[in-house]
Amino acid sequence: MQNNYFHSVKFDKEQCKGCVTCIKFCPTEAIRIRGGKARIIQSRCIDCGECIRRCPHHAKRADTDTLTDIGKFNFNVALPAPALYSQFAPAVSREKIFAALHRLGFDAVYEVALAAEYVTLEIESYMKNRAVLKKPMISSACPAIIRLIQVRFPSLVGHIIPILPPVEVAATEARREFTRATGLAAETIGVWFLTPCPAKATNIRQPVDVTATDLSGAIGISSFYGEMKKILGAISEADIEKARASSYGIGWGYAGGEIRATGLVNSLIVHGVKEVADVLEQIEMSKMDDVDYVECLACPGGCIGGALLPENRFVAEKNLKLRVRRLRDREPAGRRQTILGGREIAPGNSAFRHKTIQPRPIMKLDDNIVVAMKKVGQIKQILAELPGIDCGACGSPTCASLAEDIVQGLAAETDCVFKLRQVVNALEEEMGKPFKNTRGEPYGSLDKTGE
Amino acid sequence: MCEPFMDLSFDLTAGDFERAGEASGKIKKTLQQIGVSADIVRRVAIGTYEGEMNVIIHSHGGTAKAHIYPEYTVVVLEDTGPGIADIELAVQEGYSTAPDYVRDLGFGAGMGLPNMKSCSDCFEIVSKAGEGTKITMRFAHKKA
Repeated sequence: MQNNYFHSVKFDKEQCKGCVTCIKFCPTEAIRIRGGKARIIQSRCIDCGECIRRCPHHAKRADTDTLTDIGKFNFNVALPAPALYSQFAPAVSREKIFAALHRLGFDAVYEVALAAEYVTLEIESYMKNRAVLKKPMISSACPAIIRLIQVRFPSLVGHIIPILPPVEVAATEARREFTRATGLAAETIGVWFLTPCPAKATNIRQPVDVTATDLSGAIGISSFYGEMKKILGAISEADIEKARASSYGIGWGYAGGEIRATGLVNSLIVHGVKEVADVLEQIEMSKMDDVDYVECLACPGGCIGGALLPENRFVAEKNLKLRVRRLRDREPAGRRQTILGGREIAPGNSAFRHKTIQPRPIMKLDDNIVVAMKKVGQIKQILAELPGIDCGACGSPTCASLAEDIVQGLAAETDCVFKLRQVVNALEEEMGKPFKNTRGEPYGSLDKTGE
Repeated sequence: MCEPFMDLSFDLTAGDFERAGEASGKIKKTLQQIGVSADIVRRVAIGTYEGEMNVIIHSHGGTAKAHIYPEYTVVVLEDTGPGIADIELAVQEGYSTAPDYVRDLGFGAGMGLPNMKSCSDCFEIVSKAGEGTKITMRFAHKKA
């Protein structure tokens, strides 16, 4: 198990009650309850934030940067995710939102939505100019999905479109633009992504797609949301910076926005990490070879459903869609003329290409295939003796994963309460006084018929 | 020939589309667990799934078996049923005898046998009209 992998999903031991909610929802079975507390298996975690969303005791949190971190730089640029706009009613103009960001300490704003328009054109041209495409191509926008593919669907890494996600393009463009505008040295400028999710925060310290990121850090939106709301209530309409992104860039904040922008009609829009896993399963079985493109997003509803957004996700969706529609009503031209104002960008710009994404499979039981085969046999034997009800009380998400943990030396058979009862019962019987429950029935029976 | 390190066996019921994919899914998981490379696992899964579907669609039922060795996997699909009258015709792309209700479900496009052939390193089909069909596919775990 590798432990040197940085994760932004962190876990608060004090708050954890050792319930089984998180282990049940984790899409990569990356959590176990051991010694009454949850433990994240680092090599399996994809930072999707599902455990943060599900934990009833708020014991999981995202370790992102905060506003105090921007003090380290002379000049700070805020990169708001389109999803930030979803946290406010469409009547709150983006100019006002930018003014509030200035009040919070930023010196400039570069909309990730604007970079999304560059990415849109890159995707469109890639899809058009490729004679041989691995169909379907999969969107690279969601870092949790990239990681899900690496660990659970390694044969699909070649299907990920080799174009950087908007946030990375935004960082590069912002750093370039403000180095030029301020005359400051590039390294003295702080470039901060205002993030709706932990996965994007992880990607900065441990990028899967770029060799060196232009981002200085990621600040979780929930960490400054309260303060920002207060500021927005206090300031009148401000005009420090003009909003530049079109409705197509902003639409990337909800599921379907990327497809709407790129105009790729023979596409699927899939959101929610479990739903995405199901579709990736189908793609792996070659059952979707006639689809061109799949927009896959780990959060339900897309980025507006991110775990670091305080607003209800349906309200957020309404807010952002309404903002997009009102903006679209004021945009005179068609789709292609609206994106980046109809500007052409050189197709195949290498600055937008990501490095090759490597598979990071987690299923393998042993490096030695003969040993691994023996382990599969042992797991099968152990599993046959387990109750098969996947209660999670042992701390592993399913009976099958407990069997695997036992074979890997990470759990014991008596971690299963049913197995433990059998052992206790056998002991009691040996001592001549079988233990009965309050109804006078013997413990330890795996008889599920109730007779 | 040495004993297989591992044998997996599944019963296939004619017309049971609900459980279609179970055999290929379990074989896939086992190969992933023993560390066979992702591309090979994918080929085995696709080939087995196509075979499974054929048995479910066309036969009176049968079995899917995987014999897994460290170096290669052999998948055998055996059924009782009408058999294949003209094998050469059946392995041609697009040739299908699937009934309409099967096509309505999105299957039966006539790509099953060709896919199985192209996925596997070694493909053998034996069939007797009126009795049944046996398909054997061999997959090397390392690319030749």
